[in-house]
Order: sequence, then C-alpha cells, then structure tokens
Amino acid sequence: MSDPHKAAVSADWPLFEVFIRSRSGLEHKHVGSLHAADARMAIEHARDVYTRRQEGVSIWAVRSADIVASDPEEADALFEPARDKVYRHPTFYAIPDEVKNL
Amino acid sequence: MSTGAAAGPADAGAPRQALLAYLLRLGDTSLVLGQRLGEWVGHAPELEEDLALANLALDFIGQARLLLSYAGEVEGRGRDEDALAFLRDAPEFMNLALAEQPNGDFAHTIVRQWLIDAWQLELYQGLTASADGRLAAIAAKALKESRYHYRFSSGWLVRLGDGTAESRSRAQQALESLWRFTGELFAPDEVDAQIAAAGVAPPLASQADAWSARVQRTLAETTLSRPAAAAYPWHGKRGVHTEHLGHLLGEMQHLQRSYPGLQW
Repeated sequence: MSDPHKAAVSADWPLFEVFIRSRSGLEHKHVGSLHAADARMAIEHARDVYTRRQEGVSIWAVRSADIVASDPEEADALFEPARDKVYRHPTFYAIPDEVKNL
Repeated sequence: MSTGAAAGPADAGAPRQALLAYLLRLGDTSLVLGQRLGEWVGHAPELEEDLALANLALDFIGQARLLLSYAGEVEGRGRDEDALAFLRDAPEFMNLALAEQPNGDFAHTIVRQWLIDAWQLELYQGLTASADGRLAAIAAKALKESRYHYRFSSGWLVRLGDGTAESRSRAQQALESLWRFTGELFAPDEVDAQIAAAGVAPPLASQADAWSARVQRTLAETTLSRPAAAAYPWHGKRGVHTEHLGHLLGEMQHLQRSYPGLQW
C-alpha cells in the first residue's frame, strides 16, 4: 500500500477505547485505544492487540468520541474538596480475612 | 509421492501411505499459508492489521506443527515437524495451490484467506468426528481458530466488496484471479477416497455444497459477483505446484539449508 493511501485510511478510522475483563467476576478495565473502521473491526483489533497473551475473557470497545470526560482545568474544583474528608474511607472497620477483592 | 498401492493398514484404520499423504496435504497447506501471512509483518496497511495477520499466521503455523509432527510419526522414518517443513523440496509439498499464491494487495490476501477459511471450517468440523482420534483432537483445537479466521476474513471481504469503487474493483480482481484454484479444494483423488472409506474424513463431495453455500452467503452481502466454476483443478496436493511455491520455500528454508541443525 502506498503511503498517501495509508495516511488517508488512518485519518478515516475513528479511535476506540478498549476495556478488557481479565476473568469472570472482575470488572472491565481500560487497557488502551486503537483505530478501527467500525464496531466489528474494533472488537477484532482489540482481540488481536490486547488479548494475545490470554489477558481477557470479555472485551468492550467504545468510540473515544462518545466518552464524556472531565476537564483537567476543573480538577481542583472537582477533586480537591474530597481531600480533607478522610472519614469517608472505610478504614475504621476490621475486614475478615476471607473477604477478597476489596 | 506414490499414493497408488496401499501399504499395510495403519493403527488408525486408513492405509498408512494414504494417511501420510492426507496429513501432509493439511499440514503443508497450513504451513505455506502461515508463511505467506507472515510476509505481511511490517507491511500491513494498519498497525492493527499487521498484528491481526501475524496472529493468523501463528495459528496456521501451530496447526502445521501438530499435523506435520503426526505425519512424521505415521511416516516412521524419524522425520519430525522441522525436518518435514525445512528439508523437503517443492514437489514433496502437498499443499493446495491456492495457499501458495502470492499475497498481492490486501484484497488479494483477504480473498485467498476467505476462500481457505471457508474450506477449513467445513473440513475441521467434519474431522472432529474422525475415526482417527489424534486427527479429531487436532481438528477440535483448530476449529476454534478457523471460526475466528472466517469471522475476520469474511468481515473484510464484505467491507472491501461493499466499500469504495476502488476496494470493490480490487476485491473482484482478486476473486477472478484466485477462483480457478478453488476447483482443487473438492476434487477427490484416490487418497481422499481411501481416507473417506476408513472414516478418517468425510467424503470431499459432502463438504463442497456447504462450502459453496457459505461462500455464497458472504458474497450476497457484497456487490461482488461470483466467478464461473473453476473447470481446471490444480494439483498442489499431488505435489504439482505453481512457480510461486519454490520462491516461498527458498525464503522459508534458507536458514536450515545454509546452517543445518541450527537452533535458536
């Protein structure tokens, strides 16, 4: 494939964010992003790029453009107020040894 | 390879020479196709497709290892998978001629892949019920890979065949150029007959209709037209190859031929 064609393809293909569930019972975690022409291709690419070493049992792919994100400029206003409220951490409870994944 | 007179019956029930020839056909087809796909590494139109094609290649090399190891044992002359892969010449390779065809452009590679994937799906499905337990186990593992391969290649065929004028024309050209090699997929010879009689594999003719219907279903999702049936069956599986196989083997076997026994 010639380079001009290649550049055109990359520009056309939207970016997807990829989330992988590493095993049943755990949550999907963001692992990275990739380009794909459509939803089906996004799943195939995610499978080939991010689960080659048995990293997952389930894949979610979301168009990056569809993700609503917080504005870094607003970080102080959004997150600073939580800093002095340590009582919100449930660290005052004794957790039984049998409880995992907490 | 002589496939006429049957040597003594093998443990599996099929004549040993027929079983050996059959295993080489399947194993060599996977090996040669895997090598072809590997040629894309570093050259695919997208990074993600580069990985996808490399993953396909590794699936096929994996299948080839299992099949050729078994072939080496059936042959009983002490040749392992590596000896069979790297130390045979083109006339001793029994792969389908379709598998050795050059990559061409991306559409060409996809069409070749899609035609073979559709064939392998039916094949491995049938082989899971093989009277030969070892082959049935290999097929069960490979069938899962084939299902994904078909998903990948048929998805791309529809995308190209129903895409831009450029992609459609390239896909149609690839179809026209490769279709003549599909006659070989279901043209039975005496090896196939012996293998089917022993219950090792379903009769080839029984898979042809399913293949044709599957291919037609995918084509119907595109604006591509199906070429006329291929009248001339190629004879890759009898060791008669197009000129492309020799070049492929020259590259694949270079290291072992230059430095015999070399290991990583």
